[in-house]
Amino acid sequence: MARVVVDVMLKPEILDPQGQAVANALPRLGVSGVESVRIGKRIEIEFTGDPDLAQAQEIADRLLANPVIEDFTLRVEDGPR
Amino acid sequence: MRIGVVTFPGSLDDGDARRAVSLAGARDVPLWHNDPDLRRVDAVILPGGFSYGDYLRCGAIARFAPVMQSIIAAAGAGMPVLGICNGFQILCEAHLLPGALVRNRHLHFRTRDQALRIESTSTPWTSGFTEGSQVIIPVKNGEGRYVADPAILDDLESAGRVVARYVSGNPNGSQHDIAAIRNEAGNVVGIMPHPEHAVEALTGPSTDGLGFFTSVLAHLSAAGAKS
Repeated sequence: MARVVVDVMLKPEILDPQGQAVANALPRLGVSGVESVRIGKRIEIEFTGDPDLAQAQEIADRLLANPVIEDFTLRVEDGPR
Repeated sequence: MRIGVVTFPGSLDDGDARRAVSLAGARDVPLWHNDPDLRRVDAVILPGGFSYGDYLRCGAIARFAPVMQSIIAAAGAGMPVLGICNGFQILCEAHLLPGALVRNRHLHFRTRDQALRIESTSTPWTSGFTEGSQVIIPVKNGEGRYVADPAILDDLESAGRVVARYVSGNPNGSQHDIAAIRNEAGNVVGIMPHPEHAVEALTGPSTDGLGFFTSVLAHLSAAGAKS
C-alpha cells in the first residue's frame, strides 16, 4: 500500500530547545563533532485507495504544520512495511 | 451580561474561569466544544488546559471544533474573546491572533506567581486597568514562549498591541517579554498567565486577575447602555 509521508520541521530561525538538549547530551555518549541537532515530526498517512496528493497537501498545510513556525515536505512512499 | 466559557476535552481551568466571571458579577455560561451554539453570550473565554491532549501542537485540533467556527465568526463581528494559556494557543492556531506559542526556552514547565506590566488598556478585557501598572498573576505553562517573525513583532509594538509584558524575569523566553497581545480591532486578547487564578485572596497571590473580568463586564454594560 502506498502512503504519504509528511516531515514537519521547525523553521530554521525558530529556536529548538529540545534539539539543543539532545545535542548537549551527546558528549555523555562520547560523541563529539556534532554541530547541532533539530527535532521534527514524521507523519504517515495511508489512504484507502491511491494516495490523494492534493488532499495530503491540504492536510499538511492546514493541520499537520503551522506555517508560522514550521515547514513541511511531503512524499509518496511505496512498498510494504 | 452573559459570558461564555468553552469546555474542550482536556480543558482544566474552565471551572475557575466561570467562577471568576461570576465573582465579577456576570452570568457564566458553559459552552461545549462540539456544539456551535454560543447560547446568546456577549463575550467568550477560551480557558487553559490541554485541549485534545495538546496532540500535534497545542491548540491545533481545538481550532477545528464546531464551537470555534461560531467563535471565529463572532470575533470577526466584534465580540470580546479572551484566550487564556491554552486558549491563547488556540487563538493563534485559529489565526485570530498572529504568531505562535512554542516550547519554553529552558524546557521546564513553569508555575509561579508572575509580575506583569499592563501595556494596553484599549481592549475590553483590560480597560479597567491603568496603563503601565504592575500586577501579579500566576503563570503555569510548558509551551508559553511567544514567537513571531520580526515584521509581526514590529507591527505589534508600533500599533500598541502588546497587552501585557513579563517583568522581573521572563518565565519562558517569550520574545519581547510578551505575555499578552490583542488583535487589530482589540476585541480578541490572548494571555499566557492565568487571571482566573488571581481573583480571591484565599486562593490567589492577588486579586489582580479580577480586573480582566470586571473590565469586560463594564465594557459590555456601557455598550448595552448605548444601544
